[in-house]
Amino acid sequence: MVFEKDLNLDATELRLGLPGSSEESLRISNKRALPDMNDDSGVAAAKKCDQETAPPTKAQVVGWPPIRSYRKNSLQTKKIEAETSGMYVKVSMDGAPYLRKIDLKVYKGYPELFKALEDMFKFKVGKYSEREGYNGSEFVPTYEDKDGDWMLVGDVPWEMFINACKRLRIVRGSEARGLGCVV
Amino acid sequence: MHKKMAFSFPDEVLEHVFSFIQSDKDRNAVSMVCKSWYEIERWCRRKVFVGNCYAVSPRMVIRRFPEFRSIELKGKPHFADFNLVPDGWGGYVFPWIAEMAGAYPWLEEIRLKRMVVTDESLELIAKSFKNFKVLVLSSCEGFSTDGLAAIAASCKNLKELDLRDCEVDDLSAHWLSHFPETYTSLVSLNISCLGSDEASFSALERLVRRCTNLKTLRLNRAVPLDKIANILRHAPQLVEFGTGTYTADVRPDVYSDLAGVFSSCKELKSLSGFWDVIPDYVPAIYPVCSKLTSLNLSYATIQSPDLIKLVSHCPNLQRLLVLDYIEDSGLEVLASSCKDLQELRVFPSDPFGAEPNVSLTEQGLVAVSLGCPKLQSVLYFCRRMSNEALVTIARSRPNFTRFRLCIIEPKTADYLTLEPLDVGFGAIVQYCKDLRRLSLSGLLTDRVFEYIGTYAKKLEMLSVAFAGDSDLGLHHVLSGCESLRKLEIRDCPFGDKALLANAAKLETMRSLWMSSCAVSFAACKLLGQKMPRLNVEVIDERGPPDSRPENCPVDKLYIYRSIAGPRFDMPPFVWTMDEDSGLRLS
Repeated sequence: MVFEKDLNLDATELRLGLPGSSEESLRISNKRALPDMNDDSGVAAAKKCDQETAPPTKAQVVGWPPIRSYRKNSLQTKKIEAETSGMYVKVSMDGAPYLRKIDLKVYKGYPELFKALEDMFKFKVGKYSEREGYNGSEFVPTYEDKDGDWMLVGDVPWEMFINACKRLRIVRGSEARGLGCVV
Repeated sequence: MHKKMAFSFPDEVLEHVFSFIQSDKDRNAVSMVCKSWYEIERWCRRKVFVGNCYAVSPRMVIRRFPEFRSIELKGKPHFADFNLVPDGWGGYVFPWIAEMAGAYPWLEEIRLKRMVVTDESLELIAKSFKNFKVLVLSSCEGFSTDGLAAIAASCKNLKELDLRDCEVDDLSAHWLSHFPETYTSLVSLNISCLGSDEASFSALERLVRRCTNLKTLRLNRAVPLDKIANILRHAPQLVEFGTGTYTADVRPDVYSDLAGVFSSCKELKSLSGFWDVIPDYVPAIYPVCSKLTSLNLSYATIQSPDLIKLVSHCPNLQRLLVLDYIEDSGLEVLASSCKDLQELRVFPSDPFGAEPNVSLTEQGLVAVSLGCPKLQSVLYFCRRMSNEALVTIARSRPNFTRFRLCIIEPKTADYLTLEPLDVGFGAIVQYCKDLRRLSLSGLLTDRVFEYIGTYAKKLEMLSVAFAGDSDLGLHHVLSGCESLRKLEIRDCPFGDKALLANAAKLETMRSLWMSSCAVSFAACKLLGQKMPRLNVEVIDERGPPDSRPENCPVDKLYIYRSIAGPRFDMPPFVWTMDEDSGLRLS
């Protein structure tokens, strides 16, 4: 049963025009109030262009993709719990092909932090002295502070350090020379 | 004389015959044969199903069916699941409970979906129905654990309490203690949606221990892994079980306790839960895997190798829900291990990430479609698709009844040819002749709707997003899909013409939802004016639609057939278009 045939829709058709006005085809051109519904053959190509130049994080469309809130929340909870209850910072080491993330809150002080880094990246920190920096080691732990400056780890009291540290980088000893201490 | 004799079975005989007819469709058909069958049928209908709570009023239902024992009501439109229906839109159950409380003291079962349920409603249920047995609340909201406490305290014959996917205000976990110590009739309990950091474990354990008929138990995330053994130990008869959080420090004693207790559950067919799962504890469930028919791992954030190992232990699996961590490789294993698979749902682990985080593509779906001969229902989230894959899927699996594909980025083209996916979805509707439900995604033109209108003759529900070029698309669907009951559309360039030309069709459907489309306020008014048996609701949080030019598109439109007329519980941002073609506020 096709409605068009049975109901003689033309006669009963609801239209916005006055009765007796000429019949309009159902296909109408793009007179829409919506900006993105452009009908052109270049859609696929345009789409590809968009994808290539699109920024990595896009604004989220409401309700898309169609996932229930409780699912979204359950996936997020893991992330959020991790990020709000701890002080996670990224740790990288020159020459190592991987990044790690550690929670600074977990450590009570520098010795524990260094032990953890040594285990993680299989290196030795060496002895620290205020004047000479780290001695006896090829690698030196540095951190980026809130001002964007790179500092030697161990300069400042522990509490100050974990609040200021944004990320850690274990650099080759040769590059660490010249890193200033906090004034 | 002859005519009369043909219909002169005594009523009791007909009633007895009708008692074998359970499905609503059949009952409705029976009631239309003649006036006397209508009368007999309405007196003996015990289960009433109302697919749209606003299609009919409680009083009308009660008047027609004076002796029903069980009612199922559905409220908000499906897109409410994705936050497209603003809070406060409607779907309140209280008026129904209030009417039934007076008329039906013997009501036994209430099943609600997407409705607003208040504590007041729950308290009224607890107070009014002495033989109340079954409460299933699916995707409902508006109540707290206080309302649950009232149910627990008063419903002595309660068999089933199922709160699947509800949003509950978790005030206190102690509501469970309101089940009296003498209460033992629980058969099914699903509290997986509850939050509460501090669950009342001892009350839960005592409840499980004394309810020896318990067959289904779905716990919430707050129940820790080391509590599960104690609970299961007292319920080896369980058929369906949902764990809480499935992580703990790895301890051999906890592990062996758990594995032992799972081994003793000989009837277990369905498992779920597994929040925060760690691979070390997964093998504890291996003893029950060979009997499992249903496995919900959609919260299990373990990677493909662990998922593969698990799935390989479950040859009798019929239903699998899983995250895309399973990857194409895991789905290939699934295809070769689980030949009884009927339903598969693959959810995205990182839906908002710009780049794919897992290796799950159209290949996984192809593998399962080729390998699982009984597969009929699929929900699949992925990031790329091709017409070729869809055609392969359609050809190899013509028995699909539900096919829902979500390509995460809107308007994504066929990744091989850069063409629209019209042909692929066209193949799905052409080969899958029994398809009842379809969700589209990807780059689609009016063409796909032409295919759908031509071939999808059994299609009952269609979901469309970011698709089509013009009204012709909508027209194909409305004029071609004979069995269409529910149509939901968002962000498509469909406007007035197709809607108005197919106005009569809307009365044969349950409902139509259109949001961010191009239907003008003028068309909505006209439709409301001309079709008195349709409720045409304009939902617009920007303010009254008549404060803008008439040809401006409305934000959201919800049209449904109703014999109850316009409703009176609308919030300020909903307007019903009616015969006066003016605005009716609640």
